[in-house]
Amino acid sequence: MLLFLEQLLNGLQLGVMLFLMSAGLTLVFGIMRVINLAHGSLYMVGAYVAATVFLHSGSFILGLLAAITAAGLVGMLVELLVLRRLYGRDHLDQVLATFGLILFFNELTVIIWGRQPLFMDVPDLLSGTIEVIPGAPYPSYRLAIILAGILVAAFLYLLFNHTRLGMQIRAGASNREMIAALGVNIKLLNTLVFGLGALLAGLAGAMAGPILAVESGMGESILILTFVVIVIGGIGSIRGALIAALMVGMVETLGGFMLPALLRLFLPAATADGAGASLASMSVYMLMAVVLVLRPHGLFPVHD
Amino acid sequence: MNPALSLRKFVLGTGLVVLLLLPILATVAGDPYLITLFSRILIYALAAVSLDLIIGYGGMVSLGHAAFVGIGAYVVGILAFHMQDGSALASWPFELQSSNAVLVVWPAAILISASMAALIGAVSLRTRGMQFIMITLAFAQMLFYLAVSLEVYGGDDGISLWSRNELPLIDLGDDRAFYYICLICLLIFLYLSDRLVFSRFGRVVRGAKVNELRMQSLGFPTYRYKLVCFSIAGAGAGLAGVLMANQSEFVSPSLLHWTHSGELIVMVLLGGMGTLIGPVLGAAAMLLMEEVLSAYTEHWMVFLGPFLIFVVLFAKRGIYGWLSGTGVESE
Repeated sequence: MLLFLEQLLNGLQLGVMLFLMSAGLTLVFGIMRVINLAHGSLYMVGAYVAATVFLHSGSFILGLLAAITAAGLVGMLVELLVLRRLYGRDHLDQVLATFGLILFFNELTVIIWGRQPLFMDVPDLLSGTIEVIPGAPYPSYRLAIILAGILVAAFLYLLFNHTRLGMQIRAGASNREMIAALGVNIKLLNTLVFGLGALLAGLAGAMAGPILAVESGMGESILILTFVVIVIGGIGSIRGALIAALMVGMVETLGGFMLPALLRLFLPAATADGAGASLASMSVYMLMAVVLVLRPHGLFPVHD
Repeated sequence: MNPALSLRKFVLGTGLVVLLLLPILATVAGDPYLITLFSRILIYALAAVSLDLIIGYGGMVSLGHAAFVGIGAYVVGILAFHMQDGSALASWPFELQSSNAVLVVWPAAILISASMAALIGAVSLRTRGMQFIMITLAFAQMLFYLAVSLEVYGGDDGISLWSRNELPLIDLGDDRAFYYICLICLLIFLYLSDRLVFSRFGRVVRGAKVNELRMQSLGFPTYRYKLVCFSIAGAGAGLAGVLMANQSEFVSPSLLHWTHSGELIVMVLLGGMGTLIGPVLGAAAMLLMEEVLSAYTEHWMVFLGPFLIFVVLFAKRGIYGWLSGTGVESE
């Protein structure tokens, strides 16, 4: 039971990471109607910059700040140079051009940082454990990630529902031409939204640094899960992204934990572990397939 | 005579002559590696043409096409594994022995790829646009993880084959013979695709790409047409996978990875979407470019990425469109 609760927290933590990634991506798609495969590259940029700054300065906070600044700037630059030209074009063009961006960024990190993965330590302050559940110490760093995710979700809620900028972003998502006609600088708005998404991706990358190996191509595994999240949640919906991110995080984590145990009940142990592991890694995609079959536009569709 | 048409014939004619004579040219040039390289080009061309059937003609942007390539390859790999092992392929419900014969293995692989495509297509085609791209990607990733988790068949490391499949009278182990087999497979698939695209069936599929509602109003069950088209493309990709497995005598999950699907899309777009020769040119251009660039720098991807963006932004018609002066078929 304690193990189960611990897995629940792990699932929550993965869900939070996925939310940080998918919030930006779903906005970019909702407002600009662009499929951005290179979102994972911004995550990677965040992780690399955080690791480098942390290794040189020894300050995790400095690394975090550098990471979100770098990711935000790179994101806005990419929007200005490439993505801007893809608005209103065929999805196929967007897939291809952003695929080109992925190849470019992956190779660029290899050139700058080499093929050896960087390892980043957990900051001293958060290196201990906390007993949230009595009897089960849980790493405080992972708890900090969950907390950060909750803060970001609250920040986004306030931004979207209680500020002028948020109102303009929402208006842009429902009718681009109209708010441009009303005198809002839609180009600037696009760049800002893209920068915000990039910044969140950079934050996710920086926080993932101490948990995962920082290496070229690290953005792709989370990118695919992020896409699963936004498709399940309904493209363009932040609320959908939050709920779907938690769902996917839970299914991914609990699936890996429970499916082998479940199969052991009626299969020999070795077979059960093998089959359970493969079922677990497929479970997220099955979830997505089921959701799409039942509701082709996701759980919280924004555009009909 | 239409100048575009004559240029088209010229391109086709020269291309075919070069491909037919290539093994001789390679022997004269004393560079047998060329035969291997061009076999690879022919195989990727086959996969790209099959993808173009659904992207270019059907308007179904699939980001999971490598899955069917992988399925074809894995059928070859798994059958070879059991041949090497001497074990039966299945013991239930009846004893099934493995095989190494081209005439058994290849049709089986194509059939299995096509049926998987039918299965995946049946679910995926309920969606469109961005969702379709993502759901095909999701299915491909599912199969990728399945392949990784198949510990019996090497998991992450894949399966090494002892030899290529066997055909009576012809020794596929000989690279030149294998090259011609690849060429024949590609030409047959191109011929069938050409017949398909300009048949009534093909016109319905192309019509559904332009305006699906109108085709439905005309009484065509477009879903079924698109599904059949998707399965045919899956069969083509499966054959390409069979050839890939035979060429490298190695099968691994990376064949199913989504970046592999991405590369196939690149080939289609680079060569010219919505044409049959375009993807062949695209596959050739992409693999030759990889070959040349990687000779200069190991970081050739850093040039390939921006090049792709450039192609998308400024050279949408692809190589074939540029050569023949005709664009992508009118949208």
